[in-house]
Amino acid sequence: MSMLERLAAGMVMLLAPCALAQVPKFGQEIAPADIAAWDISIGPDGLALPPGRGTAKDGEAVFAAKCQACHGEKANGGPNDPLVGGMGTLAPGKTPVKTVGSYWPYATTLFDYIRRAMPFQESKSLTSDEIYAVSAYILNLNGIVGTDEVLDAQSLPKVRMPNREGFIVFPRNPQ
Amino acid sequence: MLSRTRSEQAEFASGNGVVSRRVFLEGALTAGAVAASTTSATTEPLAVQPWMQVPGAGFTGYGQPSRFEDKTVRVSPPPPNPATQGVGASRTPLHLLDGIITPSGLHFERSHSGVPDINPELHRLVIHGLVRRPLVFTLDALHRYPMQSRIAFIECAGNSQLLNAPQPQLVGIAALHGLIGCSEWTGVRLSMLLDEAGVDPSARWVVAEGADAASMSRSIPLAKAMDDTLVCLYQNGERVRPSNGYPVRLLVPGFEGNMNVKWLRRLKLTTAPVMTKDETSKYTILLKDEKAWQFVFPMEVKSVITRPAPAMTLKQPGFYEISGLAWSGNGSIRQVDVSADGGVSWAPAALQAPILPRAPVRFRAAWQWNGAPAILQSRATDDTGMMQPTRTQFAAERGLRGVYHYNAIASWRIDEKGEVSNVYA
Repeated sequence: MSMLERLAAGMVMLLAPCALAQVPKFGQEIAPADIAAWDISIGPDGLALPPGRGTAKDGEAVFAAKCQACHGEKANGGPNDPLVGGMGTLAPGKTPVKTVGSYWPYATTLFDYIRRAMPFQESKSLTSDEIYAVSAYILNLNGIVGTDEVLDAQSLPKVRMPNREGFIVFPRNPQ
Repeated sequence: MLSRTRSEQAEFASGNGVVSRRVFLEGALTAGAVAASTTSATTEPLAVQPWMQVPGAGFTGYGQPSRFEDKTVRVSPPPPNPATQGVGASRTPLHLLDGIITPSGLHFERSHSGVPDINPELHRLVIHGLVRRPLVFTLDALHRYPMQSRIAFIECAGNSQLLNAPQPQLVGIAALHGLIGCSEWTGVRLSMLLDEAGVDPSARWVVAEGADAASMSRSIPLAKAMDDTLVCLYQNGERVRPSNGYPVRLLVPGFEGNMNVKWLRRLKLTTAPVMTKDETSKYTILLKDEKAWQFVFPMEVKSVITRPAPAMTLKQPGFYEISGLAWSGNGSIRQVDVSADGGVSWAPAALQAPILPRAPVRFRAAWQWNGAPAILQSRATDDTGMMQPTRTQFAAERGLRGVYHYNAIASWRIDEKGEVSNVYA
């Protein structure tokens, strides 16, 4: 066989039809119910909010017991971030004080974050009622909801945050 | 007699003593003016030290740096609240390192609720939401996929934020710029796992979440997840270190560090971002007016001189290498210029291979210090043509209230005593 013939024969072997190689698939199917304990993300539509309810009045005691040591009395700040105040400080030339009230665009984020990450020493320990209540308390301190206003899966996404329109998407992201 | 030909004449490339990079590119170590550097002669006879006479230590399971290198450590400020340790960061001592790879034990750390102690046998990664088949993966399963390696930087969006301050902060380079690291990351392409789950055509975002106590989470555009995002199992050849995401983390090349979610436990496909705490109240850039930039993904072109750097003293006039790192989240570094006169004149530095996209480049320039005060700067340009702004240009665009993504030109002042400090120039 000439060199060319050998080369051609080799190429035919390479191109010969064969069974399709197996694509690696090592994930195991899991039922949505089995993901539930981890499925804690809540978007602005609030569709993933759990049942439960609470008011600022209910939340005051929760805050005092679970949050105040770090965030200070009436959430004015302690060793860790203040959660109230700063209204008007985003204005040009001012030193911004970015709090839940002055900066956060969505109330649903408050529920999402408290549930996943707070209280710091024992995250994921609060009941849904406690999370609704302490969210209501923080929003009430910021003058955003009333003292007796009930927060639940229906009402929380409807809460209008003062800085809701404060964000624009970065104009230089890769397309 | 063996002799080497050396050029007799130094070629200054820009003001105040920056020497042409041909010194590096042509391999000639000295040129006339540089050769004028004084080097004190050895005055003592060479001693036979004890370690030259007795056997050294035996073998060890896992090597450690020399005991004489105990100052080469990460630095971290004390936490504002001792009760919430693990919130914050430790920073890489850039001035004590060279090359582009950050030793894993010196890679900066950033956590929102400490470093979790994850048992890999119990760890799971779940992909769900807008997929045909929700899937769960064990670590053993992830290890069976074909992998790829990539040298890439991860930079915290909050790196260099002290340079937003009205007055220059008299702290070291680690405190100023030490929230960047570079590793060889090895793992499975996220697109492979997403394809296996079957992404619904309506999906646009992937919400990534960690297994730490804060369950830190970020929304990532699906296009980036399908492009070059890696599910990493290895860092610099060994399993990812705990504070860098053990046993599995995301690498989202070029994007802000916070999106490179560590301790990865969950990926949820959605139509819209979930607006997590870390993509609304944090990691957004308040501009000069009342608006804030949100979803600021790429870490834009940047560089910093790592040597000389604060805490270092130039003991005498003469030759010094100016060395540093340059990187861009948008691509590769095309050019780095250095200045020894506060940006009045510039000369191109030598770029050391490898020059890789979304990885730092080591740059080097030769400088002859004449003993007078000087201001050293570096200025990087990437292959999209974007050039690092001056601090004035940076502030003109966005103000100095943004905290995150500070990438303006940094300045080191050398005073007449040879002491190096952070200044604005």
